[in-house]
Amino acid sequence: MIRKWILFIVTAFFAGWACAQSDAPISPDVLVQQTVDEVLTLIKTDPQMQAGNVKRINEVLDEKLIGRFDFRRMTILAMGRNWRDATPDQQKALVDEFKTLLVRTYSKALTQFKNDTIVVKPLRAANDAKDVVVRSEFQRKGDKPIPVDYSLVRANDGQWRCYDIIVGGVSLVTNYRDDFNFRVKETGIDGLIKALADKNRALAP
Amino acid sequence: MKRAVAVVLLWGSLSGCATTGTLSGDDPLEPVNRAMFAVNEPIEKFVMRPVVTVYTTVTPNIIQTIIGNIFDNIGDLFSGLAGVLQGKFDEAGHDFGRVIINTSFGLGGMIDFASDAGIPRGQQDLGMVLAHYGVGPRPYLFVPLLGPMTARDGVGRAAGSFLSPTQWLNVPTRNVTWGLATIDSMAAGVKMLDTLDTAALDRYAFIRNAYLQRRAYQTGQAPYKTSDDEDLSDLFDEEEK
Repeated sequence: MIRKWILFIVTAFFAGWACAQSDAPISPDVLVQQTVDEVLTLIKTDPQMQAGNVKRINEVLDEKLIGRFDFRRMTILAMGRNWRDATPDQQKALVDEFKTLLVRTYSKALTQFKNDTIVVKPLRAANDAKDVVVRSEFQRKGDKPIPVDYSLVRANDGQWRCYDIIVGGVSLVTNYRDDFNFRVKETGIDGLIKALADKNRALAP
Repeated sequence: MKRAVAVVLLWGSLSGCATTGTLSGDDPLEPVNRAMFAVNEPIEKFVMRPVVTVYTTVTPNIIQTIIGNIFDNIGDLFSGLAGVLQGKFDEAGHDFGRVIINTSFGLGGMIDFASDAGIPRGQQDLGMVLAHYGVGPRPYLFVPLLGPMTARDGVGRAAGSFLSPTQWLNVPTRNVTWGLATIDSMAAGVKMLDTLDTAALDRYAFIRNAYLQRRAYQTGQAPYKTSDDEDLSDLFDEEEK
């Protein structure tokens, strides 16, 4: 019980990357399901991934998942109102560093994933919706299924990209906001950028 | 342990009748909590983790599973009780069903037959009962060894350990049992903690926010909002012009 909720965060990092995009006008729930299946199959069958080979994991991330996220929108949500005070250069640095942090965290979380299943639920949304929530369930034997929701937005290029993952009620992006706020208050936006960069350097493979 | 529970009870009694309402990002005891968090860090790093490593290395997997199942069985009993107290009779029925199956066929809870039969573990706790009757969560606390909690959950947990069947054991056995329960729950979490270390810029804030979001969700309250939340949609609209 004490540490159990941490599991939710980790599953967030895993399942979250299952957000999808495509050129064809496929509905977002189908895209999420396809991506989940692709990645799960890779995890379960690729021996290098099972052995925790960081290089191979990063390859898979680049190829399958990174383009399916709207890192700029994620950063804006994590920054909240401080985003407006950042210069365009600072904004770019923030997006880059936050993206790197999420990717590094994810490649670590990926090695923890074993025999779990993700079931994506059919989406009920209007055809012209631009912002949807795809619901899914993360199933592990002996535990109640954990709801995992993906927020996706349709960009002007028509592609759906994920900008938040809510795991058992915990929003990944919201989770960073107090932290970012605090840094900005104490050390300014440059201080936050530096803190992210330092963290990323420490995590470099 | 005793002292920690007493402190929690004290805090709890001070705040247990706080007004209900949505959670907010404020953390009035943050300086104290951060100090407690700082106390906890070396304990976790230099005591708990090595102990867990030894435990998971020397204990056969089957024994680890049995120990985990026994504690989960006690947890199901409380989940059922908490379900009844909230009027969630369906869920309570499942939980008591689990306890009956696992205690009898599962040899005193050692084997988790109920999960194999497709009845998942109970998720209710006494903190949710308090929430159900309108007790507010505040303030947020961080207690060394016990981790994050709201005062409300602290009261729930203290009540739980007071009512636990392990209270019937003599003191040395009970202490061993408590230690084992702690190691068991740590063992499940150590790898997760490593991932958390990677994710968090400020571990304290990350843990606090995740905990408060999770509890707000579990107790059916409005989604957790950070202290200076606002409608951010205009930020995106600016972007897309």
